[in-house]
Amino acid sequence: MITETDPSDRSGAKALQRYDFDGAYDEMFSALDHPRKQYRPLHNLLLNLGPDELLRSKHEADQSFFNQGITFTVYGNDKGTERIFPHDLLPRIITATEWERIERGLTQRITALNLFLKDVYHEAKIIEDGVVPGSIVYTCKHYRREMRGVKVPRDVYITVVGTDLIRNPDGNFVVLEDNLRVPSGVSYMLTSRRVMKQIFPGLFQKCRVRPIEQYSQVLLSTLRSFAPEGRSEPTVVLLTPGSYNSAYFEHTYLAREMGIELVEGRDLVVHDNIVYMRTTFGLQRVDVIYRRIDDDYLDPLVFENGSTLGSPGLFNAYRAGNVAFANALGTGVADDKAIYAFVPKIIRYYLDQDPILEGVQTFLMSDPGQRDHVCQRLEEYVVKAVGESGGYGMLIGPHSTEKERSEFREKIYAQPRNYIAQPTINLSTAPCFVDGMIEPRHVDLRPYILYGDKITIVPGGLTRVALRKGSLVVNSSQGGGSKDTWVLQN
Amino acid sequence: MLSRVADSLYWMSRYFERADNASRVLKATYGLILNPAKFSTEERWFRAVCSLAPGGASKNVDLQRVLFSLVADPEGTFSIVKCISGARENARQVREEISSEMWEHLNRLFHDVTSFTLRPDDDAGAMRVVTLVREGSYRFTGITGATMNHDEAWHFIQLGKYIERACNLCVMLDAYFVLGKHADDLDWVGLLSSCAAFEAYCKACTAELKPERIANFLLLKPEFPYSVRYSVDSMHEALTAIGNLSLSRRTENVERLIGRLRSMVTYVQIDEIISELHKYLAAIIEQCRELHAAVHELYIEYPIEVAFQN
Repeated sequence: MITETDPSDRSGAKALQRYDFDGAYDEMFSALDHPRKQYRPLHNLLLNLGPDELLRSKHEADQSFFNQGITFTVYGNDKGTERIFPHDLLPRIITATEWERIERGLTQRITALNLFLKDVYHEAKIIEDGVVPGSIVYTCKHYRREMRGVKVPRDVYITVVGTDLIRNPDGNFVVLEDNLRVPSGVSYMLTSRRVMKQIFPGLFQKCRVRPIEQYSQVLLSTLRSFAPEGRSEPTVVLLTPGSYNSAYFEHTYLAREMGIELVEGRDLVVHDNIVYMRTTFGLQRVDVIYRRIDDDYLDPLVFENGSTLGSPGLFNAYRAGNVAFANALGTGVADDKAIYAFVPKIIRYYLDQDPILEGVQTFLMSDPGQRDHVCQRLEEYVVKAVGESGGYGMLIGPHSTEKERSEFREKIYAQPRNYIAQPTINLSTAPCFVDGMIEPRHVDLRPYILYGDKITIVPGGLTRVALRKGSLVVNSSQGGGSKDTWVLQN
Repeated sequence: MLSRVADSLYWMSRYFERADNASRVLKATYGLILNPAKFSTEERWFRAVCSLAPGGASKNVDLQRVLFSLVADPEGTFSIVKCISGARENARQVREEISSEMWEHLNRLFHDVTSFTLRPDDDAGAMRVVTLVREGSYRFTGITGATMNHDEAWHFIQLGKYIERACNLCVMLDAYFVLGKHADDLDWVGLLSSCAAFEAYCKACTAELKPERIANFLLLKPEFPYSVRYSVDSMHEALTAIGNLSLSRRTENVERLIGRLRSMVTYVQIDEIISELHKYLAAIIEQCRELHAAVHELYIEYPIEVAFQN
């Protein structure tokens, strides 16, 4: 006898029992038991898979990450315990329409920010015209006076960008942060895709997901486009701080995928303003450096601090136009969190367009009126240190104690230029597989933008997850994880 | 290729070969000591220690714990776990240069052997590590040969492997022929098994175990991969290939050294050397050391001035 089973009896339905909503936009459900169209195949699969099967898949995925050495080292004991980067099993799905808007919006934003950088390091018209105050630009922690008047190849400063987007409760994507210095995480995007294809092949095919595997080829051709004139077969290298860096896996991964040398500072020699690397054949000229080292450590001759990560003489070779860096130096001035408040104005100033992607309302603590307003109701705001990233130096008002707030208040009054405040935004939630159940967790989205002779955005990105229940902090240094991001074909 | 990368590949390979060698010796020796000894079990362990930890061996070694210290001692420079860690650490520095399959295999092997927490008296546990490495090593060799371009990087891997093997063989032969005085047939089987050579020896020389023949086989047999002669020929092949790729370098010194070493193992007969075997083996080890230094100076740490003269 065949009986019609009630959907709620299906083994997977149990795993969904603890799925509740906290007022944020949910990526999967428009309402309880009403999955959005793009999530229906996944939802169906979840209803039919028992927690055991999910657990098995999760284990399989973990093992795959572990064996590939996609790990980071937990310091503090002799053995150097290695953990895999926390990741979630379930994909985050973005429709073609949503993506189209993201793509246009990011292209617009990055174009404008690049023009801003060029302007700031040359004529500084935008300051002269009073659109962005010089007092903010020139006090940026990452402003590099040394870059004044330096011509960078193709006038492109920001070759590789990872912009953090969030979805607000209305369902609109807004920009939370621009990462214009050395954004990382793209290797997690690429490797988790490979693992997901192994684990959910059927679902993947059914959803018609746009590919991202071409990222490395696009990155390489982007980098090659910056070669100094007359170098038709340029040598491109990736400069890493070395195997103790937490992103070392990514550096090796990208170098291998692109087939370029992974160099450390000690492999480089500068002679007569030409950069060479020490090879077994002798010295070989280097034309383009994809550097994964911060500005300050690139050249001990220019940026004090006795760092041994870079190589002496690099900056002069760069200034002489004999080698290109990606990204250029000094790009941090444009992702300073105080400058962020001016990005809509920057877009209008250079492009004469309205911003497609909005930002989050931002209060500058250097402005006395805004400062007083925020400091009186700190519990409603997120306060961020302007030059920091990775979720450090932050106060999340609603989750803070009175003591933390008064500490921050003091810090703000002591160094107002160093802080900004934003209203707390309830990031959207997406289904995650946690402790055998499927529960909503807050997520953001970091697409990767490549800027060479044109701007290319690979359809996808890193969806970061705040794995702790209720948490709004997605940074990996603060207990965040990642999930694969599927951008669907039309 | 980057000099630093070449160096790491070379050392990855040397460490791996060292672990491989230790696992062969320990497996053979452990199999041996289970049999009643004509002379003494200590003698057998002593030979194994001399084969694996040259200089570190004295008659005072705590033979109860020797297996543990050669397998897992985190302090011991020669322990298998230490060597696998060394190989893996070097591989980690050059992950973009080796194939993903190689890395994954080596990484997994590393995690497998380090996941054991061994007590010093847990012989069975120690032998499990040995077995893991035995199996892992043939697989690694196969994966390396099958998944990499046989280009410069591969030749540096080969160079490291065979220079290490030549030295290990010499040390082992010295332990059996010079340091250890009492050897019975079983011990000779042990030596041959330590070089994965028992079956190959029987095929070539029958199962009659004559020390001189065994020495001849392990030293001078050009067809057997665990002989000194084969190792030196392979070093020569790797160095020639590397030299041909880097036309601009001055390779005379390296060529001279490998040529001299080759003639030592090519144009010699066992009866000319068997009476002075220790001296002969020591000379080979010394020449390998010189060769190592010359390669390092030519390809890895050359002065910048020299580079601009070329």
